[in-house]
Formats: sequence, C-alpha cells, structure tokens
Amino acid sequence: MSSRLMALWDWFDARMPSVREQWNQHAAQYYAPKNFNFWYYFGSLAMLVLVIQIASGIVLTMHYKADANLAFGSVEYIMRDVPGGWIIRYIHSTGGSAFFAVVYLHMFRAMLYGSHKKPRELVWVFGVLIYLCLMAEAFFGYLLPWGQMSYWGAQVIVNLFSSIPFIGPDLSLWIRGDYVVSDATLNRFFAFHVIAIPLVLLGLVAVHLLALHDVGSNNPDGIEIKKTKGPDGHPLDGIPFHPYYTVKDIVGVVVFLGIFSAVLFFVPGMGGYFLEYNNFIPADPLKTPAHIAPLWYFTPFYSILRAVPPLFNSVFPGVAMMGLSTLILFFLPWLDRAPVKSIRYRGVYYKTALSVFIVAFLFLGYLGTEPTNVWGQSGAWLGKAERATVAARVFTVIYFLFFLLMPWYTAADKCKPEPERVTM
Amino acid sequence: MKKLLVVLCAPLALAFGSSAIASEGGYRIERAPIDPTDLVSVQAGARTFVNYCLNCHGAAYMRYNRLTDLGLSEAQIRDNLMFASDKVGETMKVAMSAKDGKEWFGVPPPDLTVVARSRGADWLYTYLRSFHRDPKAATGWNNAVFPSVSMPHAMWTLQGEKGLEIIETKDGEGHAHTEYRWSTLSEGRQSTVQYDATVRDLVNYLVYMGEPSGTKRKLIGAAVLFALVVVFVFAHAMKREFWRDVH
Repeated sequence: MSSRLMALWDWFDARMPSVREQWNQHAAQYYAPKNFNFWYYFGSLAMLVLVIQIASGIVLTMHYKADANLAFGSVEYIMRDVPGGWIIRYIHSTGGSAFFAVVYLHMFRAMLYGSHKKPRELVWVFGVLIYLCLMAEAFFGYLLPWGQMSYWGAQVIVNLFSSIPFIGPDLSLWIRGDYVVSDATLNRFFAFHVIAIPLVLLGLVAVHLLALHDVGSNNPDGIEIKKTKGPDGHPLDGIPFHPYYTVKDIVGVVVFLGIFSAVLFFVPGMGGYFLEYNNFIPADPLKTPAHIAPLWYFTPFYSILRAVPPLFNSVFPGVAMMGLSTLILFFLPWLDRAPVKSIRYRGVYYKTALSVFIVAFLFLGYLGTEPTNVWGQSGAWLGKAERATVAARVFTVIYFLFFLLMPWYTAADKCKPEPERVTM
Repeated sequence: MKKLLVVLCAPLALAFGSSAIASEGGYRIERAPIDPTDLVSVQAGARTFVNYCLNCHGAAYMRYNRLTDLGLSEAQIRDNLMFASDKVGETMKVAMSAKDGKEWFGVPPPDLTVVARSRGADWLYTYLRSFHRDPKAATGWNNAVFPSVSMPHAMWTLQGEKGLEIIETKDGEGHAHTEYRWSTLSEGRQSTVQYDATVRDLVNYLVYMGEPSGTKRKLIGAAVLFALVVVFVFAHAMKREFWRDVH
C-alpha cells in the first residue's frame, strides 16, 4: 500500500478504531476450527443469498406495482420491457428457493455435528428465529406476483388463522384487511415483504453471528478447540477466519453460483417447483384452482397440516400441529442429552433416529406437493382411506417422535470417546 | 463423498420424477415438436396467431415491436401482422370487450401472453388438434383435452370437422378404459400433416411469446457458466495456496 494511503488509513483508524477492532474480532483474529468440511459452506452461502435477495429485491421494487389491478402486469412488464428485468426477476425467484435449500442444509449440519448443543443454544435459537422469519418473508412475497397460486395460497394460509378458537375469525380478518384476499392484503403483504421482515431478518442475522463468535464455531468432531490453546493464547486447532475461510468460502460461493446460474438460466421454473404453472394465470377470486399446493420448501409442514384429522369440524388441530412442528425446533438443544456433539461419536440410536427423521421430512415434503389421492385409496382394511394421507400421518408421527423421544434415546446411546484434538 | 451426492440428488430426482400437467379429461397429451430457435416457424406461428387467435384472445403484455426478435422489421410487422392497432409499440390488445366475451362464450376468452407458461407447449399442441363437433355444446364444438370447453374451433376451416366417439369400458378387473374414436366429418383446407405443422408453428410462437427472452436466456447462461468455471480454477488455486501451511 502506498504511504499516502497508509497515512489516510492511520488518520481514519485514530478516529474510529472500532472498524479495525471489529474486523479483527470477527474475521482476522476470529479463530475457527481448521477441520470444517463440506457442510460448513452453507452459513456463508445463506448470507450471500440474503444479499442477493436484497439487491435483486430493491431493483424489482423499482418496477413492481403493489396494486391488485396492476401487479400481475407489472411482473410481466419486468419480464419483457425492463432491460435485464427477466434476469433480476429470475434471480429473485431462484434466490427464494435457494435460500431455503441452503438454510435446510445449514440446519441439517447443526443436527449432524451437534452445533445446537451447549454452549451454542442461543446460536441455534436465533437461527430458528431466522428460519421462521424466512418463512414469513416467503409467504408474504409469494402473494406479490398476484397469480392464481399466489392468491389462493394466501387465501388458504390466512384462513388457517380463522380456525383458532374464539379469536380466529377476527384475527384472519385483521391480517387480510378485507373479507377476502384483496388489494388491501396485497399492499400490506408488500410492506411486510420489502421492509418489515427484512429489517427483523437482518437484525437476527447480526445477533446469530454475534452469539456464534462469542462462543466460537463448532466443528465436525464436535469438540471445543478453545480447550487446547497454544503459547500465543490461540486455539491450536484454530485458524484465523480471514484469510483461510474467506478464500475457502469463495470457492464455495463460485460452486454455488454455478448451480444457481444453471437453474436460473436453464430451468428457472424448475418444472413448476420454483415457479408454479398456475401462477402464470392472473389471480381470479371467483375461480378456485383444483389443486392448491405451496412451494416446495413449505410442503413438509403443509403435509402435516393435511395429515392431522379435523376435530369437531375444525381444522385447528392440523393448524396447531403445523405450528408445533416448527416451534419444536426451538427446544432441540435441551431435548438432546447426548454427552457428545458430533454424529461421528454418537451411538446407533441417534444415527438411526436422524436418518429416519430425514426420510420422513423428505417424504412429507414430497406428499405436500401432491393431491392427497395421489396413491389412490387403500383397501377395506384401512377403511378405504387415501393411502397418501395414511402415509403422511405415519411420517407426521415419526417427525414428532424424533423430537419427543430424543431425551431418552440420546441419553441411552452408546457414544464413542471424543478425540482430544480435531481430525482432518 | 458418494453418500453426500446421493443425499443431495434425492430431492432433485423427486422434483423431476413427478410433475407434468395431465389433461382434465384423461386424453393423452402428445409431445409438441417445437423448436424455439426455428425463426421461420415462430414467424409463421405469429401470422396464425394474429389471424386466428387475436380476434377474441388478447396478448396484453406482448408488444408488436417485440417481434423484431424474430428477425422482422417494424415495417414488416406493421404490414403483415397488425390488424387490431396502428402503433407498433402497442401491446396485442383485443378489440372484443371482456363483457361481450362473457356474453357470447360464457367466459371472457383468457389473455394468451403467458398461456404457454401455465398450460405448457404439449398441452396446447394436443388441445389445438383435438376439437370435434358436439351437437350438445352451445357452440357446436367440444374438445377431447378440455371437455365442455367454451371455445369453438377457431381453425376449423383449416382442419375440417372431426367427430369423436368416446367409449368407456370396464375390463374384467374393474379398471375403466376410455377409447377415443375419431372420424372425419368434412375436410378442411389443410391435410392432417399440414394442420399439425400449422399448430406446431402456432405453439412455437406461443412459447416464444410466453418468454421472449427464453432463447437469449440460455445463451447468456452458457456464457455465465463458462465464466464461473474459469473463476473456479483461480479461486481453487488461491485456496490451495493459502491453505498450504494449515495441515
């Protein structure tokens, strides 16, 4: 660096040393375990997708019209008449799905290596809050293109609130701002999608990172690298996040952008899974589509909603179970009572439970994309019930048992001894 | 690593394994032999579209001068394809009002700008070739792909009139079978082969109109992916250089 630039930096640093201090604390002198593997790319990738969504979202807001009469047309205007508009729109729609893909893998990593366990409970709790925010963000944003699926998806979800005893009908009316999903709903969802939720999301991401950097990152061995420090006071198995993990994450970013671009430029609709076919039909409040399904990242929970039988003609039990299925994630750090963190040293019980849980989650996800009669009806021995509904019920029970039985099977598990130092 | 790949590919396999739009009537959907890079076909489709579709259906988000994508000049567009409006920068609006449409057909004819994106090329290709005479229908026409459709056969002078007998039988095990028996009631101006080509061109155009940047998208995508491969080589080399002293 030239001496003049150095002088400028010294001038700046003398007046605002916190920039250097923060940089050191969170990057240049933040010691991360040196044995991060494939699963450790998704945290930084989630941040990248957040930036992509905010940047592309800002450009979309310049051309989008939050008006029930103009919204659908303004999206087509972006796709056709705004120069490069189609790229921005596809970046944002692909980014929405990519966000969930990355976050699901990030959460799965935590469950693999016990990143939710002590002392990182708060990191996990803030993470779950981010996930819930993301769901809200996706839900509000999905109404904006004002297609048939946007409209009826919002209608179905808001109606779920009306099943809550006593306050339900008033609550759903309050959310909608009208008796049906309408222009009023579109305007408030737009406000939530572009400003309210993103603000909360950014705040939570900051808290998530602060909480992580206070306790330090976990690693695939699930042991605390701070226990073995060198003479310089830094963990022997730790390396400064910058430059080691910044250069490593750049490789991850390039690979991610490769997959992202392959989808964006060659299959932006992903066969109806990222952009639903019916959403290219403008919203019509008088015409209910035959099959309403949420986008793929909500389908496991949608399956749970449909699987739970109604009680006294109310779908509230299903709504409650769907709510619980996400809220139960908060308790994971306290349900897990294994003495070790990483799957590498856990016993057969947790390994089996996690595998079965993932299969159940994927199957619930698949079933949520299909109508409940997709597998036809069972024989008389099951009362001619729809096979897919029966399967969804079984998987829903498995989903909850994974969490509810966790205190017992993790405590009873025969764990292997953890190593003193990380293994590469 | 292998295990990992299997885990990562499972949702993809799930995504591509199912899907595809089925027709409401259970009639078999044929694969549309379209090629969006065949500009002559897309141009022919545009001509069919403005002659046969644009009288009732609009394409309210499609501008006439966008057709310059197809290698046409604005003068050519104005002389050959514009009957409903006089400014080449206008969108393909329809003269018929939605109110009249509802009165005449029961439902206002839907806008077709993005119909290829909601219905899919295969459905359109099969649908446009599956109209048949039906004395019970208000318009005198019905469709094997879309039973009780409100739309009459707009291109019947080309295809001629078909008759259709639908025979439903049950086999020994109780499975229902539907047999479609087509007959020709009158010949049209085009042979079956010619009419299939006309519909192919029209569907090719509808797919183009559904996403005018579709062809360009793939070209840009190939360039972007190539650039990322180059960046990857450098990023990977940089990572290796920095990590040399870690192990």
